[in-house]
Amino acid sequence: MTFFTRRRAWSASSWTLFLLALAAAPAMLDGGFELELLSKVMIMSIFAASLQLLVGCTGLVSLGHAAFFGVGAYATALVVPQAGAANLVATLAFAGGVSMLFAVVIGLLVLRTRGIYFIMVTLAFAQMLYYVVHDGKGFGGSDGTYLYFKPVVGMFGKTWVDLADGRAFYWAVLAVLVFTLGVLRVVMRSRFGHALAGIRHNEQRMTASGYPVFLYKLASFAIGGALAGIAGSLYAFQYGFVNPELFSWHQSGNVLLMVILGGPGFGGAIAGALVFVLLSDWLSELTKHWQLIFGLLIIVSVAMLPLGLTGGVAACHATIERLCARRRGVPAKTVPKEERAL
Amino acid sequence: MTLATFFVQCLNSMQYGLLLFLVASGLTLVFGIMGIVNLAHGSFYMIGAYLAYSLTALTGNLFVALALGLVLSLIFGYLLEWVFFSFLYERDHLQQVLMTYGLILVIEELRSILIGDDVHGVAVPAFLAGSIAIGNDMLYPVYRLFVSAACVVLALALYWLIRKTRVGMKIRAGASNREMAQSLGIDIGLLYRVVFSLGFGLAVMSGMLFAPVSTVYPGMGAQMLIVCFLVVVIGGIGSITGAFVAALLIGFVDTFGKVLWQEGAGIAIYLLMAVILLVRPAGLLGERAMR
Amino acid sequence: MTLARSESTSLRACNLTRRFGGLTAVNDVSLDVDVGTIHSVIGTNGAGKSTLINLLCGELTPTSGDVMLNDASIGGWSQQRRARAGVGRTYQRNNVFAPLSVMENCRLAAQARMPRAWHLHEAARRCVASNELAAAALEHTGLTHCAMRIAGTLSHGQKRQLEIAMCLAGEPAILLLDEPLAGMGPEETARMLELLQSLRAEHAILLVEHDMDAVFAVSDLVTVMVDGAVIASGTSDEIRANRAVQSAYLGTADVE
Repeated sequence: MTFFTRRRAWSASSWTLFLLALAAAPAMLDGGFELELLSKVMIMSIFAASLQLLVGCTGLVSLGHAAFFGVGAYATALVVPQAGAANLVATLAFAGGVSMLFAVVIGLLVLRTRGIYFIMVTLAFAQMLYYVVHDGKGFGGSDGTYLYFKPVVGMFGKTWVDLADGRAFYWAVLAVLVFTLGVLRVVMRSRFGHALAGIRHNEQRMTASGYPVFLYKLASFAIGGALAGIAGSLYAFQYGFVNPELFSWHQSGNVLLMVILGGPGFGGAIAGALVFVLLSDWLSELTKHWQLIFGLLIIVSVAMLPLGLTGGVAACHATIERLCARRRGVPAKTVPKEERAL
Repeated sequence: MTLATFFVQCLNSMQYGLLLFLVASGLTLVFGIMGIVNLAHGSFYMIGAYLAYSLTALTGNLFVALALGLVLSLIFGYLLEWVFFSFLYERDHLQQVLMTYGLILVIEELRSILIGDDVHGVAVPAFLAGSIAIGNDMLYPVYRLFVSAACVVLALALYWLIRKTRVGMKIRAGASNREMAQSLGIDIGLLYRVVFSLGFGLAVMSGMLFAPVSTVYPGMGAQMLIVCFLVVVIGGIGSITGAFVAALLIGFVDTFGKVLWQEGAGIAIYLLMAVILLVRPAGLLGERAMR
Repeated sequence: MTLARSESTSLRACNLTRRFGGLTAVNDVSLDVDVGTIHSVIGTNGAGKSTLINLLCGELTPTSGDVMLNDASIGGWSQQRRARAGVGRTYQRNNVFAPLSVMENCRLAAQARMPRAWHLHEAARRCVASNELAAAALEHTGLTHCAMRIAGTLSHGQKRQLEIAMCLAGEPAILLLDEPLAGMGPEETARMLELLQSLRAEHAILLVEHDMDAVFAVSDLVTVMVDGAVIASGTSDEIRANRAVQSAYLGTADVE
């Protein structure tokens, strides 16, 4: 097996194992709470992966991504019928669509800036939406709005699967996660995705080569926003209520944290989401002032793990490969980045 | 709106604008000169407010509290730079963002542990507690005028420091070319510590001064940070003059926005930002090239 | 607007001026670059040569004056639009995609000018057209043997070659080359000059350079700039004999 195919096989098998483990979880866990927690991990994974498209793939560091998460959640809460279940696919599509619309409008403004400015204005727009739903009429104010029914999967008025059952909802979330990862993988391997990578590495060169860089960034922002909206929609369905805190900068900061600490790639985003959700859940059980420990952990991890979790793992892997190659007296293979799998 | 009301709102706008300018200039100094984006800057403002509350409760006098707070903030700023912020210089903006985000959580939680999460008011000393009559029916608190005056004094002091002193010259040299300044014998480490303490001190003092006017509440740091960001974005990064213009502009838009458009409830300044992004993305007085 | 390379193509600077505050970096400069010629621009450091290239390719907007492409005014066009119309440039300091492979660097450059470069579903690796263009560009510049290496690991000379390859992959009609020989040894310089000669027939080349021997060896036209303004323009021989150029730039010792 060559270096490439071995790496790809390793990556493919770890993804398969991971997804199979997720699928098998409901059978192995009997507590409804643990299932809900894993479901939350998956929803946050979708959210984090949508931000990774912006940060890791396009080089757009947004501190306001919660805006689209919140838009998706609120769009869901406002569109579901008061009596009776909503159609899952239709609602997700609607939430994603509304979020994408917001992302395009906001993107047209914020993408005119770069670097630290961009970080600031994305934060500001998320905060603006916070105030809109907090103080505006019809959104339920600081208490938010409730959703009373879990959605169903069906078509033309017929219900195929009722997601009121905890396990059924869990598998639906898993399906959406797989769908999201599939979409992202196809996008990143496409010409569009390669162009995004080019923009991230050297925007000036891309412009000089003839790419309409602004449009590419806008498209990336829009897709990321749409997927965040879908995550928000699932969140609304899972917990049954939405409130302005979904737009808060804690939410934006947390998802950015998941992406950076998780490491590069969509696998990194998922790793980050997993660690974040489980860690914050565990810590908050320990003490009322868990944020203090959490804050210190953040500082230390960012300082010590500049490559994040998966980046650290990949670096170890590469070092081991190099050492083995040296032992065998064979030159280490160079790996072009775009050849690496997700 | 009567003329008296209009005049009062103008005073409020200017006061808020001056306050924003002081806090935002701390942020923009640290970023412009040291290249550090500090999300915890709003928390420094909050520290000032809670410091005013606890020191006034302790000493019974706001002015003693202010003096004490000034000394404490300079010491603490110096230490904080030494212990934490000096590790941020070599890192990219993203890491700085996340590490200062962690710092916010730590500061907020420490405040929660040490002082609690309650909302407080801070008492004004008796001789400043009165009001001046404006027009026939409006009363304007004397303390607010005092705060505005204090802000103007601090702003002028800042201007004098940066423009007219040797320290200021070194600061400006360090801003434009770090290596060159270093090779000329300027101790960059010390200079950065001074600049950071200055930025920290500005935020904390503003928090202390303004505490009797607004209430002291847990979320005030986050609130201030975001408005500071708006000042920097609208004014242009690295430009103190820009921060001044933008701060006053925001002061007016926010104050009159809340009075004239109650349903809008505070999003007026975000709409202002949107307009600026549309017509001048680099800010009113910003340079076109950004870090 | 795309250009077939066989069309006669010219890029014209018409009274270009660019001021930065009090400094006039480019002062009323006019020159032509036509297909089948190599037009070199020489001058002292700070003479405004790089600024001129930036004005021609669209990275800077002129304070006054215009840029014409085949008699059409393109002064208001963005850099991307000019690049898609066939105006390619290289940079004085290596400006490649360092973490990507050499092949991917060229492939990205080639992809820019494809009609459906933004496609979301087709895998980029299987894009025949961009891969072919990239391979051709690499072959032309002699980099095929390092196609799979990471661009950041190349030697300086190879990176300069990659700059040209990336420019060629976009199939430009006009080449604006900013000091392609910078930092190169004699062997590499000779190779680069051979490359330029081979490109001359089908491209319009504007060459900004410091290496006088190289410039006089390959150029059809030479323009001399001092302090942002043109002081002389003509063939290599005319310029070498020009008194003003000699005193300002070449030195007053007898040349040849």
